[in-house]
Amino acid sequence: MSMDYFQYLRKERMPHIWCPGCGHGTIMKSILRAVDKLKWNKDEVVVVSGIGCSSRTPGYLDFNTLHTTHGRALSFATGVKLANPKFHVVVISGDGDAMAIGGNHFIHSCRRNIEITLIVFNNNIYGMTGGQASPTTFFGAKGTTAPYGSVEQPFDVCALATGSGATFVARCLDLDAVAMDRLIHQALQNKGFSVVDAWSQCTTYFGRQNKWGEASDMMERYKGLTYNVKLADKMTTEEKQDKYPVGVIHQVTRPEFCAEYDKLIERVRSQE
Amino acid sequence: MSANNSDTPGGTIKFLAGNEACVEGAIAAGCRFFGGYPISPSSEIAERMSAVLPTLGGKFIQMEDEIASMGAIIGASLAGAKAMTATSGPGFSLMQENMGFAMMAEVPCLVVNVMRGGPSTGNPTGPSQSDVLQCRWGTHGDHPAIVLCPSTIREVFDTTVKCFNFAERMRTVTVLAMDEIMGHLREKIVIPPASEIYVENRKRPTLEPGQPYNPFEPDDDLVPPMLNYGEGYRYHVTGLDHDKTGFPSGSAEVQESLHRRLVDKIEKNRETLILDQKVHLEDAEVLVVAYGSTARSARRAVEEARAKGVKAGLYRPITLFPLPEKQIRQAASKAKRVVVPEMNLGQYRLEVERVLGHPVTGVHRVNGEPIPPSLILSAILGD
Repeated sequence: MSMDYFQYLRKERMPHIWCPGCGHGTIMKSILRAVDKLKWNKDEVVVVSGIGCSSRTPGYLDFNTLHTTHGRALSFATGVKLANPKFHVVVISGDGDAMAIGGNHFIHSCRRNIEITLIVFNNNIYGMTGGQASPTTFFGAKGTTAPYGSVEQPFDVCALATGSGATFVARCLDLDAVAMDRLIHQALQNKGFSVVDAWSQCTTYFGRQNKWGEASDMMERYKGLTYNVKLADKMTTEEKQDKYPVGVIHQVTRPEFCAEYDKLIERVRSQE
Repeated sequence: MSANNSDTPGGTIKFLAGNEACVEGAIAAGCRFFGGYPISPSSEIAERMSAVLPTLGGKFIQMEDEIASMGAIIGASLAGAKAMTATSGPGFSLMQENMGFAMMAEVPCLVVNVMRGGPSTGNPTGPSQSDVLQCRWGTHGDHPAIVLCPSTIREVFDTTVKCFNFAERMRTVTVLAMDEIMGHLREKIVIPPASEIYVENRKRPTLEPGQPYNPFEPDDDLVPPMLNYGEGYRYHVTGLDHDKTGFPSGSAEVQESLHRRLVDKIEKNRETLILDQKVHLEDAEVLVVAYGSTARSARRAVEEARAKGVKAGLYRPITLFPLPEKQIRQAASKAKRVVVPEMNLGQYRLEVERVLGHPVTGVHRVNGEPIPPSLILSAILGD
C-alpha cells in the first residue's frame, strides 16, 4: 500500500479524538483506500455523519463534509444525494447513532434503496457519552447504563438492513483490514443503498467495563463471535448460535431511488 | 414597507387556497426541492409539490417523518437547491432540533407551519395561532428567528417568496406561519408575471485562485458568503460551535462571537426584514395589533368602530419576528387602549406588552373557531 493518505486527510485537524486501541482509524483508512481505488473526484464526494465518536470522522477527511445531528445523518444525506445525484455520498455512523436514535432513517433508507453507502462503526457502546449500552451491546454485556449486564436483545445490523431492503449488506472486522477493503470497495460501487457493519473495538469503555482486555484481546473476542459467511452452509445451527457472519451477507439488484426519480421526471416532462 | 396586495397588470388570475398559493410562491422563488411528511392541515402543499416539482426538473421526497424532512431539506440546500418543507404543530415540534442546525450551520431553507390547535394532537383540522412563540423560540439555545405571517391568499404567495429571499439573504431557516384558515381559504389571486417577482439568491464569495474559502467568515452585514457543495471548495459543516473555517472550536472567544453574530445578523438587519400593514393609524386612539387570519376580522372590526365614530386603527405585522418593536410603539403612540386578538391565550400579546411596557387587552379564543369581528369590536368599544 503505497498510497498517500494525506491527499485525503485534513492534516491540520490532527490529532484525532479517538482513544489508543480504538478501531475507528482502521475503518477510516479502509474507506480512503476504497475511494482511492475508485479514483473519485474529491469535489464530488460528500461524507455525512451524525453524532458520536465515529461521526467525528468527516472532520478529518478532505471531502465535502457534513456533521449533522444525532441519528439524522441519513436524512441529510438523502437530501444531498437526491438534490444532486452526481455526488458520491458516504454516511459514517455509530451503532447508537444508526440503530437507536436513527433507526427509522436506517430502515427507510434501506427500503428506498437510494445510492448511499452507510458504514456503521459498530463498537457495541456509546463511546462519546461515556460507555452506555447501545442497541448492539451483546446480551449480558455491561455498559454504564447496564451495570448488571444487558438484558436486552441486540440488533443484528445486517439482518435488519437485509430485511429492510438494502441491496448490498456486509460485515467486517477491523482485525481483517484486507477483507474490509474489499467489502467497502464493493459497497461504494453498489447502485443502491449499501450497509457495512464494521466492527471496531472500544477499549476505553466496552473493554474496560467487560474486562475484555486490550485492543488485541478484543479483536480476538470479535473473531470468536463471528464466522465467515461462506462457511455458513457447512456449519451446524449450534455452531452459528449467537454468532455473526462476516463477508457479503446480502446482495441483490433493485431499482435505485434517484435513478427512478430521474426517469419519473423524464416521463412527466415528455407528457407535457 | 408593505406586501403588495393589489392586482398586477399582466398577471395570471387564479382561484387558489392558501396552501396552493404557497406552492406557487415557492416555485416562483426558485424552490426545486421539497421534503415533507403528511400532516393536516398542511398536506396540500406536499401533494401539489409532488405534482409540480418533477415537471420543472425539481425533486420531491416524502420522508419517513418530520425530523427526516428537515434533515433532507438542509442537505438539499447544501447541495445547491432552494429547499422547503411544510408541516403543522406536532410536525413542527419534531423539526425544531434540525431547524436549530440550519440556524447554527447557516443553511438557507424554509419551513411552512400551517398552525392547528395544540398542544399534542390537539385539533388537527381547526385553525390556531398557538405556535407563534414556538416559531420564535422552538429550538434550544439562543438563536435568531425570521417569521412571516400572511393574511390574504395573494400575500401567502408574496410572503413565501419573501421567506425564500430572506433565507437566502441571511443564510438561515425562515418560517412561514400560516394557520388552517389561511391554508384552506380560497380567494381570487393575481399572480404577477415572473419579471415582476424579485428573487434573491445566496451571496457568493469572490475568491482569488488559491485563496482559501472560509464558509463562516462574515461580510460587514454579518452574513458569510456561501458556496454549495461540489464547487471545488471542500468545507466542513457542523452543528458544533465552530470558527470561520467551519471546524469545531472549544475557544471561549470563538463561541461567544459565533452566538452573538448569529443573533446580531438578524438584529442589525431587522428593518430590512420587517413587513407590515398600517390601517387608520394616523389618529388611532384604540390600536388593534393583529396578524394572520385574525387580522381579517380585526380589519372589519376597526372599520365598524370607525363607522361608530371611534378612532380605531390596525397595526398588522406581516413579519412577526424579528418583532417590529419600533413600529408597534409608533402605532400605539396616540392609543388610549391596545387590543391584541389572537387564536391562542396571549402569546403575541406578551410581546406587545413587553414592547409597550404596560398590559393590553387580549381577545383570545382556542376552540378551533376563528375570532369574529364582533368580539374584537366589543374590545375596541370597551364593552
